[in-house]
Amino acid sequence: MSQQKNFGFGEDEAMLRDAAAKFFADHASADKIHQQVASDSNIHRDIACIWDRDLWQQITELGWTAACVPEAAGGIGMPLVAAVALAEEAGKAAFPSPLIATFNATFVLNACQSEAATSALGQIAEGKAATLAITNQRGSWEPSDTDVTVADGTLSGTAWFVQDAQKADFFVVAAKGDKGVGLYTVNAGDDGLTIIPDGIIDLTRDQAHITFDNVSATEVAPCGSGDQVLAAALPALLCISAADMVGGGEWLLQTTTEYATTRVQFDRPLGFFQAVKHPLVNVMIDIDQAKSLTYNAACAYAEEPEQAERCARMAKAAASDMAIFSASRAVQFHGGIGFTWECYVHLFFKRQMHNQVLFGDAKYQRAKLADLMMGAAA
Amino acid sequence: MSEAERKDTPEQAEFRAHCRAWLADNHPGKPPVHIPQGALELSDPAALAWLQAWQKAAYDAGLVGADYSKETGGGGMTNCQSIANQEMTRAKTPFFPNIIGLGMAAPTVYFHARDDVKAELLPKLLSGEEIWCQGFSEPGAGSDLANQQTFAEKQGDNWVINGHKVWTSLAHFASWMILLCRTSKEDKYNGLSYFVVPIKEALGNGVTVRPLIKMTGETGFNEVIFDDLVVPDRYRLDDVGAGWKVAMTTLAHERGAGPLTTPSAGGMVTEEDPGAAVGNAASLIELAKQSYRNGKTAADDPVIRDAIMQLIIRQEGFRQNQRRIGVQALNDHPMRIPLQYKLVATEIGQDIAQLAYQIEGAASSLYVNDEHAPAGGQWPLAYMNSFGITIAAGANEVQRNILGERVLGLPKSK
Repeated sequence: MSQQKNFGFGEDEAMLRDAAAKFFADHASADKIHQQVASDSNIHRDIACIWDRDLWQQITELGWTAACVPEAAGGIGMPLVAAVALAEEAGKAAFPSPLIATFNATFVLNACQSEAATSALGQIAEGKAATLAITNQRGSWEPSDTDVTVADGTLSGTAWFVQDAQKADFFVVAAKGDKGVGLYTVNAGDDGLTIIPDGIIDLTRDQAHITFDNVSATEVAPCGSGDQVLAAALPALLCISAADMVGGGEWLLQTTTEYATTRVQFDRPLGFFQAVKHPLVNVMIDIDQAKSLTYNAACAYAEEPEQAERCARMAKAAASDMAIFSASRAVQFHGGIGFTWECYVHLFFKRQMHNQVLFGDAKYQRAKLADLMMGAAA
Repeated sequence: MSEAERKDTPEQAEFRAHCRAWLADNHPGKPPVHIPQGALELSDPAALAWLQAWQKAAYDAGLVGADYSKETGGGGMTNCQSIANQEMTRAKTPFFPNIIGLGMAAPTVYFHARDDVKAELLPKLLSGEEIWCQGFSEPGAGSDLANQQTFAEKQGDNWVINGHKVWTSLAHFASWMILLCRTSKEDKYNGLSYFVVPIKEALGNGVTVRPLIKMTGETGFNEVIFDDLVVPDRYRLDDVGAGWKVAMTTLAHERGAGPLTTPSAGGMVTEEDPGAAVGNAASLIELAKQSYRNGKTAADDPVIRDAIMQLIIRQEGFRQNQRRIGVQALNDHPMRIPLQYKLVATEIGQDIAQLAYQIEGAASSLYVNDEHAPAGGQWPLAYMNSFGITIAAGANEVQRNILGERVLGLPKSK
């Protein structure tokens, strides 16, 4: 198959994206998010999961989480590029919600192609939030690495680095059985399942490790197929995470540009000085590269599966480096105020720090990409 | 079908089929003389003549100037030049020698000259029979382009021009020059006017062209001295005092951000060695496999692998940016990506050439004049030449000012 000139980003996707942009502008200004999630600056504060359930309810009613659920499972059946566009807007708002996590779970379940997975997708279409529990304590991003085991349909062990775990209604868990890795769904309130929240830097999401003590689970991909399913879905996860960073980068660029236009030093607005202007242009260039690579990868995921991993690793690598660059320049160019808790920049700075390591940072992606394009190193 | 073909209009699809069929039968094949890496390095008249014959053949077949009106010698089509460009690149043709003419002079003449002047000049420009050069830079007007000192004085129906232009690529072959100069000393910007100037016929009679030698040892650019050159008023483009506005048309096209697509061909590997496919980050992989460091091939070195991947990603990002320009819903500011074109393309090219010569290791010290030089010494040569384009057309530092001011809206840095 071949690529589309417009990345598959047609009128429907544009309408959905524009509606999301308006929704976040109306309901999730940086000012409001900051009041909500940054009320306690104490470095030793209690671990908290702060988010607006009413807004989340509205989002599910608007159909965003059903966007990429297949029609057969009760969803809208839009391509990955729709989720990417929504993730970009969510990133631009640094919006605390299980939206990204639910998209990730959606694409893993889509790749399962089982009746049980379709049923789980139906729950997402109905408004349930889901997240992936597929990472071990060492933080390995390899699909076959999990510390959870499965025997007789029950799960035991611990899954680590579970995103937005306290907001999720159910989990998609990778577990190792006799025949290899399989994928399972479990509900948040199931017996034997304990969510242990992590204290994390990012104020706009929660993270946890989850212990499973003989938890009955529903198989969505049998043992021996789970790692292939995860590998097939991985490009989508990389795209969604890259899109979140592209959105965050754009907020940081626009906000820092505005500050550089109004803040006066040496009788000139900061942006007059090329030491400020030129790096801001470099941030813009890096955002545009990451954005184009992300839409290309999302399009390839739908239309050129054999190119999907290559394109997605490029996107995630570019977005991860851009994430840190945009965040660091934003703090630096805001000067003293940029270093404080009261300046909203830290919300995005922390979200960019968090996002860039998810599913592997830029160096990791480039090492994987080199293996793909050059063969393994001797 | 390729990505591009899928959305062709009926006119584009028909034209693409024509281009492909013509190229299958008319690729000029292996050149009989040494062809340099690009048109700006042309110094051998035999190489020029061979490339001119190629451009003329492509023009006669309709592959050059497809979007120009028929009255100006073009094909009178809509958005078809990009189709021809894709097909010529796909067919790995030689490049066109009249690069300044096609990329800068033609659109400027097209949008600002009198109709009779367009009909007079554009056909031989598009066919490559007449080579063009650009008279913008001066000893005192580089990045500060508006600081022009070359002066045109009105005398009857003519203008008399005196001054000194530098870094004038292809002037040694050029019949015509696009000239930005001063017609009033009262106002820096509104005192500029724009002309097309027949320089070849005036050599020794008002025009002197002297070669400048680049750091590579190649020629290709020149200084041009005007000493009472007389030019008829009909060769003035647009109004007296409108030179800066006209120059913006030239610069927009030079930076790949103008409304007309520049006819461009290329892709032909000019040397035997595949490593000489300069400008393509993917070619670094092959180069690394052939080069050694620390007891293994460079392709096994994780640092080299990472560096190559960084460039491949940047180059793919650049390509995908060009694709995204066409998707209005994914562009917040219409000039944001187009104005990055020159800056990003030239810096990626420079970094590719730099990494390539570094991968070559000790052998990269061998230059074009050494028979043992890998890839004929093309990579270190390409690295040095890359500074030509990061500096030319408004140094990349100026490009960053333009992007910061016009796209981000930051205050002007002057």
